[in-house]
Formats: sequence, structure tokens, C-alpha cells
Amino acid sequence: MKKSPVPLLQNGLRADGRAPDQMREVNIAVGVVSNADGSAVVSYGLTTAVAAVYGPREAHPRHLALPDRGIMRVRYHMAPFSTKDERKSPTPSRREIEISKVLREALEPAVVLEQYPRSRIDVFIEILQADGSTRVASLTAASLALADAGIYMRDLVIGVSVGLVENTVVLDLNGLEDQYGEGDLPVGYMPNLKRYTLLQLDGAWTRDKFLEAIGLAVKGAEYVYQKARDALKNKYMSIAEEIYGR
Amino acid sequence: MYFVTPRQLIFPGDVVATADSKVEGPVYLDNGRYRSLVVGLVEFRDDGVVIVPLEGVYKPKKGDLVVGYVTDVLATGWEVDVKSFMPAYLPVGEALHKHVDLETTPLTTFLNIGDVVVAKVKDVDLTDEYPIILTLKEDRVGKVESGTVVEIAPVKVPRVIGKKGSMLNTLMELGCDIVVGQNGRIWIRCKDAHDEVFLASIIRKIEAESHVMGLTDRVKAEIENYKRTKQQAAV
Amino acid sequence: MASISPYGKRFISYLRREQIKRLISTKYRVDGRGPEQIRDVDIKIGVVKTADGSAEVRLGKTHVVAGVKVGLGQPFPDAPDEGVLVVSAEVLPHASPYTEVGPPDESAIELARVVDRGIRHCGYVDFKKLVVEGGKAYVLWVDLYVINDDGNLIDAANLAAVAALKNTQLPAVAKDETGIRLDRNNKSPLPVEVSKAPVAVSVGKIGNVLLLDPTFEEELSLEGRITFTFSEDKIVAAQKTLGYFTQAELETALSLALKGRDRLFEALKSVIG
Repeated sequence: MKKSPVPLLQNGLRADGRAPDQMREVNIAVGVVSNADGSAVVSYGLTTAVAAVYGPREAHPRHLALPDRGIMRVRYHMAPFSTKDERKSPTPSRREIEISKVLREALEPAVVLEQYPRSRIDVFIEILQADGSTRVASLTAASLALADAGIYMRDLVIGVSVGLVENTVVLDLNGLEDQYGEGDLPVGYMPNLKRYTLLQLDGAWTRDKFLEAIGLAVKGAEYVYQKARDALKNKYMSIAEEIYGR
Repeated sequence: MYFVTPRQLIFPGDVVATADSKVEGPVYLDNGRYRSLVVGLVEFRDDGVVIVPLEGVYKPKKGDLVVGYVTDVLATGWEVDVKSFMPAYLPVGEALHKHVDLETTPLTTFLNIGDVVVAKVKDVDLTDEYPIILTLKEDRVGKVESGTVVEIAPVKVPRVIGKKGSMLNTLMELGCDIVVGQNGRIWIRCKDAHDEVFLASIIRKIEAESHVMGLTDRVKAEIENYKRTKQQAAV
Repeated sequence: MASISPYGKRFISYLRREQIKRLISTKYRVDGRGPEQIRDVDIKIGVVKTADGSAEVRLGKTHVVAGVKVGLGQPFPDAPDEGVLVVSAEVLPHASPYTEVGPPDESAIELARVVDRGIRHCGYVDFKKLVVEGGKAYVLWVDLYVINDDGNLIDAANLAAVAALKNTQLPAVAKDETGIRLDRNNKSPLPVEVSKAPVAVSVGKIGNVLLLDPTFEEELSLEGRITFTFSEDKIVAAQKTLGYFTQAELETALSLALKGRDRLFEALKSVIG
């Protein structure tokens, strides 16, 4: 494994000055793509994902439709200028295809698809800037866009990553930590129902570190969830403020 | 027992009340508690709590009045977009009052792609290939030849009508024809084309500010202002 | 491989089309504009920190992001003393209910090529300055991403491309034992000649009225559309994208486009100086 150009952990602080259990700056806004039925933009530090939802709409081709429930189509894609050095080819890579599936599997337990027979709900996510944890930022953006579209959901799904850096469990990996750390564990969590709907792991983890990590992920998800609630509130409150000049 | 307060914003997964309470709207039961399925507003009414969604697609009900766009001509009827999760179907038997010989008269003679209809929902059956069936065989429905259609979120339609029709009455002061489709499409026709553009913008304003207090008064004021400006310009 | 008429895919109701036509004959549009008016323009640069240059344009509700990535490559065989420009465009499936998922369709490809044509020869970027040693050259990858489509994508995307190029920092060329590579820790601004910035202006035709900056719905009602790209006092690209124009209409369209150019160039200059 390649060695990091800078120390990842020094005196208890990470390379960007964060504590192990600290998220980067989280910015969330909903209703940002006017043509879409629902949309959201989510940033964890530099990592920025914009999600748009169309649906429920007629499923095409018809033979893919289900008679008693809706289907979901999720597309995760990275813009060619989103990565740090070289331009990334816009042709969907195997990684993007896998992440699209993982995200769909993370959202389906939350969406009440029985409400939308014979229909399809489209979720499109584009990464405009990538600095680690893109799939979990995408998950948060996607679930907010679904809520913004009024689609029936049992809960929001919040994505955060945890990782292993210098044998320490850390929250919200940036690009450097993702590339040079010892393990990466993206998580998707429903904050009210307390269910994990996305979980992947790479690296080498002991059982203890694994359990510590998924516990830390919950704390991170709860933090982001509050930001998500504020963003949803803002959509409606800002109009009220405009009128009353607060 | 309720866990919410009047006019509170609620989000998917939030607990509304215990299972023995009276709750209406998009909620589900989880472990003896009702949880919200949507982003919505909590309203306390005389007989219980209602969750009013702030967004969402149109859910057709039998008897609804809707404004639809013909999107396809099929063998024995038309496909009509009613802004729902599926297109609706208008069978030829529900569109025409007299018998038509389909061998000699093409359906496009009556309705073609791009036409606009005001229709009633005759039936909704989710197990059918076309779950939503429309009819034109009622009073004051049919093909629309002029005017424009304003699109708003279907959940905002009650706000455009208002309590006991108060908002709709205010809008009528412009002297235009207005038909409110439950599916979030409002057909308007004014004698002056510019009035149509103005009325459309007012309706969209109602949609955007639907959850803010004092909306009816603000709309009244804007309409008065517009009428005054028009009069002055004419002088 | 063929181009198919897009009939039936994008839907506009008969009423809407009639309303647009009716209003335009009184020189009035659904959003209250006159035929010569362009919507509000908002241009921001440096919005994508991972790109070597970037810009974001909002033209009314149309929203485009442009990102530039600098690479090293072989010059084109017919221009061995020049750097390389590659312009690509994607209309994201986010952009409208009709946008399909998949590789760029013919409209996106046309958009990229028209923007490319405007930039390539106008002198805004001096490609001769982009050759490096060893027979290699800088490659400027310009990627145009449409996030929301409310019409007039070419004009908006062109502004974004031009602004993103102004914002571009060229990594220095460094030599090591494997050859030459780019050093992103050592950058300098890509030199551009702002006075020569190419500005694309599209003109639409409804009935006998010519109009600037059509919205998505207006585009579905157009009987003709043509785009002119200007650089200083020259026309550096033209593309008729829909329908037909008589000679008189072409002359009128050109004058109208020049008016549009002044407005858009002003908006551009206020951001890239």
C-alpha cells in the first residue's frame, strides 16, 4: 500500500485538522433543479453531489414494470472535471455501475414502492466535485430529493463514511484518507427507524473496530440528519421570511 | 396521544401519534405509532390530526375533475396525461355521444395528440393495465379549444380553491373563466391575453406561498393593483 | 446510426403552442419579455475546485456548469504546432423530464461542436502558445454539463465554456525519469484575449416574429432556429438548428443576434473582465 504524502494522524488530529469523530463542513439545499420533481445538493467538505428525482412516472419499457409496485432507476455518475488530477472519462465505469446498484438498494427499503404500481421513480445523481465519500453524499442527496418530490418514504436515508486511519476509526473520509487509509466503510442509515440500508467495507478490520465504526457512523448520520431537516425547513421558511421581511 | 403541534413541519419517519389516535393523511404504523410518510404540515382539526403533504404527485379519485393532455391515439380510445403516475385512458365510448364507425372515421377527427380536455375520472383500478379511466360524458367537460393551462403541484389545489371557495372567488374578480383540475392543472381563459399571463402568475404565487399566512389578502391586493394599473394605462 | 425527427418525444399541448403564437404576434411572450429580451444572466467562475478551470451559468432557469481539465497529449496531425481543444457536452438526465439516460444524443453533440467551432479559430485562446517540448501539447478538455434545461442551451453553454477557460490554470510541465508530466502544484493562468471572446446567440422564429433566448416551451413552438457566434466584429460560427429562414429573415436574425451579443458580452465581461 502506498504511503501517504502527509501524515494522516498526528497528535490525535487528522491531516486536515479534524478530530477522528468530526464531519467536514456539511451544506445541504433542496429544490435546486427546477424541472425536476424533487432535487437536492449535498456537500461534505469539497465533495458535492446534486440529485434530481423524476417520478413516479410511467415505466418504460412496459415489460419492466411491476403490476403491484413501482420500480426505481438510480444513476450515479461523476462529471469528468470532478476528480482531482486527470480528467475522468464520462463513459460510465464499473465502479459507477456498482455504486448505482448499491444506492438503489439503499433507497428501496425507505421508499413505499407499493404506492406506485406500474410506475418508475428515477433518481439521478451527479458528482460535481469528488474528495472522498461520494457515494454516501449521493445517498443523502438522493433521499432528500425523493422527499422533496413528495414520494412516500418511511424515513430519510443518510449516508456517511467511516474509515480506518492509523488504526483509528474516523468519520467522513476525505480523498486523501480514502486513498491512503487502511479501510473504508460507507454506511447508509435511517435515523428514525434505526436501520442500516447501505453497508460496504474494504480493507482489514477487527470485529471490535468494525462495531466501533458502525456505531460512529450512527453519530455522524444523526449530525447530518439535523442538517438535512434544516435544509427541508429552509425551503418553506425562506418564502415566509421573504414575505414578512424577517 | 399526539407528538406534534399545530402547523408544525413534519418529515418522513417523524412520529405523529400513538396507534389509538385519529390521524389522516400519508402516515404508516410502526410499532404502535403513526409515522409520517412525507414532508408536510400538521393540521389539528376537530376530529383529529391531518398530515397535509407539501409536495407530491396527483392521486386520482373517482369523480375528480381533471385537465388532461392527449398524448396518444390508440385503437379504441386515447391516452391522456393527467400528471399522475400513469397516463389515463379515455375510451371512445366515453368521449362521444353518438355511435361512430371506427372503420371509416379515424379517432384523430375528434381528439388528436396535443389536444387539451377537461374530463371526469370515471374509475380508478390499480390492477388494470390502464388504471385511470376518464369520461367526457358529463356536464361542462370536453375538449378545450382556447385559453391556457397553469401547472401547479396537485397538493396545492385546495389552496387555490380556498376555504369554502374564498380564494377562487377572489381570482374570479379578474373576469376570466377558470376551471380547477384536481390534478394540479388549472385552465383559464381571459378576453385579454395579457390578463391570462397575469392570472397564471398569481396562481403560481399561490402555489409558492401556500403555507404562509395572509395569502388571500395578498392575492386580493395584487389583483386590485393590476386592475388599477390596467385602468390607468387605458386612460 | 441515423438522425430521427424528434416528433412526439417532447410534449407541448396545442393550447400552449397556440398561446405562445398568439402572444408573440403582439410582440409579447409568456414570461412577459419582448422578442429582443434575454432572461437574467448569472455567471460565476471557479465553482468547481477539482477542475483546472470552471464556470457556472444561469440563463433564466437554464443551468449549465463547465469544467476544464488540462492534459498532455499529441497535437492533431493537421495542426502540429498547436495545443488541442476537446469540447464535450452532456445534458444530464436531471435537466428535464424528457432527457434520456445514455451517451450524449445528437443535440448534445451538436451543442459541443458548435461551441468548439466558435472557440477554435477566433483567437480567444492562442493555441500556438500551448505546445510543449517533445512534440507534445497541452490538451484543454472542456466539459459542458447541463443541469436544468429551460431552453437556449447553446448560448448558455458557450458562455460557460468561455468563462471557464478564462478561469483555467495551466499546470506547469515537469520532466522526470518517466518523461514529461503535469505538475499541478505549479500553475499559471491560461492566457486568453477577452476582447475576442466568442459569444453565441440563438435566434428563433415563430410565425414572422424573430426572437432571442427561447425558453424550453418556446423551443417546442419554433418554426426555425439559428445560432450565430461572434468574436469582435466577425461571425466565427453559424448553425441553423431547426426549420428554415428566408434571406430577409437571415438578415433580420443577424441584426437581432448582434443585439443579443452586446447584452451577453456585457454580462461576460463583468465577470471575466
